[in-house]
Amino acid sequence: MTAVQIIFIVVAAVTLGAAIMVVTTRKLLHAAIWLILTLFGVAIFYVLLNAGFLAVAQVVIYIGAIAILMIFAIMLTRQLAIDIGPQVNRGWPWALLISLLLFGSLIWLFSNWSGVSTELPTLSSRVDPLRELGVSLVSPNAYVIPFELVSVLLLAALIGSIIVAWPRKENED
Amino acid sequence: MADPLTGIANWLENLLLGWGLAEGFVTFLLAVLGVLILVVFLLVIDIILVWVERKVVARFQDRLGPNRLGPFGLIQPVADIIKLMIKEDITPIGADKLLYNLAPPFAMAAVLLIWAVIPLSSSVLGADINVGVLYIVAVGSIGTLAIILAGWASNNKYSLLGAFRTVAQMISYEVPMVIVLLVPVLLANSMGISDIVNSQGVWNIFIIPLGAIILLITAIAEIGRTPFDLLEAESEIVAGFHIEYTGMKFGLFYAAELLHALTVGALFATLFLGGWRGPYADQFPILGVFYLFLKAFIIYYVIMWIKYTLPRIRIDHMLNFNWKILTPVALTLLIVTAVTDKLIEGVSPVLYVAIMLIINVVIAWVIVTILRNYTKSERKRVGEERPVAQPPMETPISGLD
Repeated sequence: MTAVQIIFIVVAAVTLGAAIMVVTTRKLLHAAIWLILTLFGVAIFYVLLNAGFLAVAQVVIYIGAIAILMIFAIMLTRQLAIDIGPQVNRGWPWALLISLLLFGSLIWLFSNWSGVSTELPTLSSRVDPLRELGVSLVSPNAYVIPFELVSVLLLAALIGSIIVAWPRKENED
Repeated sequence: MADPLTGIANWLENLLLGWGLAEGFVTFLLAVLGVLILVVFLLVIDIILVWVERKVVARFQDRLGPNRLGPFGLIQPVADIIKLMIKEDITPIGADKLLYNLAPPFAMAAVLLIWAVIPLSSSVLGADINVGVLYIVAVGSIGTLAIILAGWASNNKYSLLGAFRTVAQMISYEVPMVIVLLVPVLLANSMGISDIVNSQGVWNIFIIPLGAIILLITAIAEIGRTPFDLLEAESEIVAGFHIEYTGMKFGLFYAAELLHALTVGALFATLFLGGWRGPYADQFPILGVFYLFLKAFIIYYVIMWIKYTLPRIRIDHMLNFNWKILTPVALTLLIVTAVTDKLIEGVSPVLYVAIMLIINVVIAWVIVTILRNYTKSERKRVGEERPVAQPPMETPISGLD
């Protein structure tokens, strides 16, 4: 058992446990906190895969922005943040069947894939993943067009949200 | 021995290997030991910061400060700690126990995590990651989370309101802070903080002084000190998100705030003042640590100076200032720095510094002129004669003259 495997097993256990707690806890805000722990576990997986930039970007975007937005939404909507009533609804046998089928087929697919048992290839130390990412985002041979399109989309979303939230002048005649 | 810290680390490593432990385990053990020593060192400095804060605020306010306990009041922080520890630990009714107890350690953790990427000297660095600057932004967002948890879990309307305002302020001021943090990254061609320090032959504050000023303002807003401390001021919102916290939990929030101010000082020193660089810091790395903390304390003094001089800013003025002034200025600075850096490539260093300095001064002058014209027009609008209600003219009563 290498150290990486031990770390992976521990982090995977924590992430999965937190994910289960997200859907089973009765208090809504606690679910948001468990979600933050799950996202943190995913960030650690990125680190284990040598993608340091993605790990930090995951923390900044998911935990620093999206999770806080979710918490704000929870705080602004409910008076009593505890769910009362049964945890499952009437269709739970079908849900169990479909999820078991899905899980089984994913396991079968992955066991037939050769990548499961190959070692993680070590990148040569001359390659700086961050620099490669930066260059590929602005190089005409790589991803500059999707990059620009996504920027325009973000700008449209930003302007759209401002227009939606703009206070309307009421004409009183 | 020129480098005592690395020397001790090597000696310890050889000792543990000599005892027969596996090499990976020895590395792990030394890493844990390093983390422990750094954290203990920082928390001890935090205790001294309590004394520094109280003495300096006293001198700014023309009084003496604590001088009864110990020489110059040096034992005062210890008395503060003992008082906080023996206070009753109250949890309000209806408070969410898990989140209520989780928030103070989160706040402290968010501050201590930043020190992992600050190079303390040429050979001492917690984690040499190549995305150091982005890591600092990420850790700042964890601090915001701690405050939301504290505000919500206290089951108190003022606490919740204070937490909302705090988070609004912090996430707003993150925007110009991230943009300004990109400017040293631009100049050093790398996001790794040790690269930024190594590339500062001339300190960055001489090349981009406007960026340094914006970083200072946004960092003070991030840590929630005056003039941006509407969120925890006694007269405004009765201590904001930490109303319900007593005893050592409040002590953790308070200590985290002071340490955050020193951390901001160290960050500013690293990015703009050359970090551990100084005379003879290369040959004697221990001098590097001394220089870094000297610069950090100088910036901490400037932060305290600003705190005890300026009055509080209202929340809407605060957010206005951020979105209408700081963000455009930061964006302009980034674009102009990027363009200028490319245009004057290959020029002698002195000319380079001079040109960048002039460009910064030009941008600052343009902004001040715009603001001055805006204030003039505002003053004219406010100072106009407003129509005043006149009482109806009384008809003279006949027969009385």
